[in-house]
Amino acid sequence: MSAVPISWYLTLSAVIFALGVAGFLFRHNIITVFMSIELMLNAVNLSFVTFSYQLKQVNGHLFTFFVMVVAAAEAAVGLAIILTVFKNRSTLNIDDIDSMKN
Amino acid sequence: MPVSNFVNPADLVRFLPEIILTVMGTLLMVLDPVLHKRSSYAFGHLSLLGLAAALVASVYAFRDPGPAFGGMLMVDGFATFFRVLVIGVGILTILPSYRFLARHDAETSEYHALLLYSIAGQCLMVSANELIMIFLGLEISSIASYILAGYLRDDKRANESALKYFLLGSFATGFFLYGVAFIYGSTGTVNLTSVHAALTGPNAPSPVFVGVAAALMFVGLAFKVSAAPFQVWAPDVYQGAPTPVTAFLSAGPKAAAFAIFLRIFMTSFQPIANGWEPLVWGSALLSMTIGNFAALLQSNVKRLLAYSSIAHAGYVLVALTARSDVGTAAAMFYLAAYAFMNVGAFAVVSHLSGRGERYQNVDDFAGLGQKQPLTAAMLTIFLLSLIGVPLTGGFFGKFYIFKAALESHLVWLTVLGLLNSAVAAYYYLRLLVMMYMHEPSEAATNAEPLSFGLSAALILPALGTLVLGIFPSWVLEFAGRSSNLVK
Amino acid sequence: MPSSITEVYFPVLVQGVIAIVLAAALIVLSYVLGKRVKNKIKDTPYESGITPTGDARSRFSVKFYLVAMLFILFDIEAIFLYPWAVVYRELKMFGFIEMLVFVVLILSGFFYIWRKGALDWSYSDRARGKR
Repeated sequence: MSAVPISWYLTLSAVIFALGVAGFLFRHNIITVFMSIELMLNAVNLSFVTFSYQLKQVNGHLFTFFVMVVAAAEAAVGLAIILTVFKNRSTLNIDDIDSMKN
Repeated sequence: MPVSNFVNPADLVRFLPEIILTVMGTLLMVLDPVLHKRSSYAFGHLSLLGLAAALVASVYAFRDPGPAFGGMLMVDGFATFFRVLVIGVGILTILPSYRFLARHDAETSEYHALLLYSIAGQCLMVSANELIMIFLGLEISSIASYILAGYLRDDKRANESALKYFLLGSFATGFFLYGVAFIYGSTGTVNLTSVHAALTGPNAPSPVFVGVAAALMFVGLAFKVSAAPFQVWAPDVYQGAPTPVTAFLSAGPKAAAFAIFLRIFMTSFQPIANGWEPLVWGSALLSMTIGNFAALLQSNVKRLLAYSSIAHAGYVLVALTARSDVGTAAAMFYLAAYAFMNVGAFAVVSHLSGRGERYQNVDDFAGLGQKQPLTAAMLTIFLLSLIGVPLTGGFFGKFYIFKAALESHLVWLTVLGLLNSAVAAYYYLRLLVMMYMHEPSEAATNAEPLSFGLSAALILPALGTLVLGIFPSWVLEFAGRSSNLVK
Repeated sequence: MPSSITEVYFPVLVQGVIAIVLAAALIVLSYVLGKRVKNKIKDTPYESGITPTGDARSRFSVKFYLVAMLFILFDIEAIFLYPWAVVYRELKMFGFIEMLVFVVLILSGFFYIWRKGALDWSYSDRARGKR
């Protein structure tokens, strides 16, 4: 069933990616910022799967596996870092985390 | 791709450095809970052993260069050059770390394991010939270094440094990966050589699509090498991270990121070079200018060196703008020289800063020449090299870069770059004047005597800097022979 | 076989319309027909249940995070086993050895977190590394 044109998936992926970028730039809560990054990676995954489908290859599907594993590792490390930051400062607002200025 | 019954032994030899580093890192990790030693030099010795073995393996693998694992890896002169460079940076990072970890009562095994993983990732990056492999190497290297940046868990500044490094690093990865997806979609392959072939072939994909991909990957990589306008994270991360880690971050991952920058843009994107040249031109100029002028205002030495590292990224981008094999060779030479002088300079900061990293200001260097002449002399060599004074590696690095730029008719960029170097001399000289012309500060008076590891961490890079400055042809010749990436 | 995109998605459209109409009708009907009583007991969250106490937004122990994170990591690694299992026969010995290496690496990670005490719910002395 190829009734939905490929370009729709790509547009959706681009929109999700843009949402992720916007979330990263404009949100103030660290967890939300981190979720935005995950959103970007998942948008890329959608692109990979779409291209893979279009090219009739299996490679693109495999790439998403790698991206997912990397994203999981990143999440584990990232959340641990966020946790230590919260433990030492009791805040998750990104604007409050600027102890280093000249 | 044909499926063989067993792994080809030649493939394994070409992949040996990464295997050694991974096995050694895992060994350190597994040994830690078995030995129950909180801080021990044994882990440092083991990790030095692993790095030495990986160094030998890199050189050995180059005896029989070629692709491995169906073209996923490419062990050529370029890869070997950068493998040796990042492993060398690793060794020079471990030497001052002994003292540093003991001083802060930190666990050693995990530190060394993470360092080895990070270097394994960088080795994979520089020898990968496929975008997904490059991505994996990049992430192995980055994720380990995020943890290293925040290794002192109870230090507020280290936390902040790790957080910023992590957030902006993953953000950059997202861009890079989206670029990879576009390349895959438009050419149907992620192998750098095949991408090059597809872009020059008869059914070349739409230039708009490829242009977007190149732009996205440029953004991702510019973040990783801290080139303007994506440099904002560097000062905070470099200042907050433990100093030996800062030394590592400013040399190892940066050199590896530049290696893939060169490899991707000089092979895959070489057919559309006219499109990306203005982009890199602008970024190079902006990095040099922002880096040098912001460094003038800094009073914290780590922050000063961070801005200087942004400026140096700008110089390397000048070499990339030249878009020639000569430019690539110049960039390789410069990165080697930069690694030596920068790691050395940070080792001095690490030595002087003391417990809790209290002394990091320019004022704290006052009178160091009087109290610790050897440390001061070594720092002098590094600073002179950073300025680009003849007889140091930094001089020939800049010389070759601007020569390559002139050969490619980048007159304006060369002139502006040279003006920038003149500005830069001011803030390095300020540190020199502070060391030799002022009364000793509290930090200089209380500094511990140099330990064996630290002396080695200062003398080796100083020797490296001088060798590159006096016999530049040794390295440049090799770089020149390996700089042609399109085969 | 429906060909155009309108034909494919027509049933979805019909379902959507029915859902909206039904939901709207129910809300309107209950608003029109229903009887409203307003007093203190009616306003509580659980009318015939136990009176809720405290704040629902209390913080969880950080140990939950650790368990969840470790679960995600080991769970995600399993996705590599699926494609491998599909082509296991064609890959023969090569695939087996490759997967063995992969599993050994994962196991050494498991050994590490186990001996570090990350799996102990209550922190023992072992967690701090001094037995």
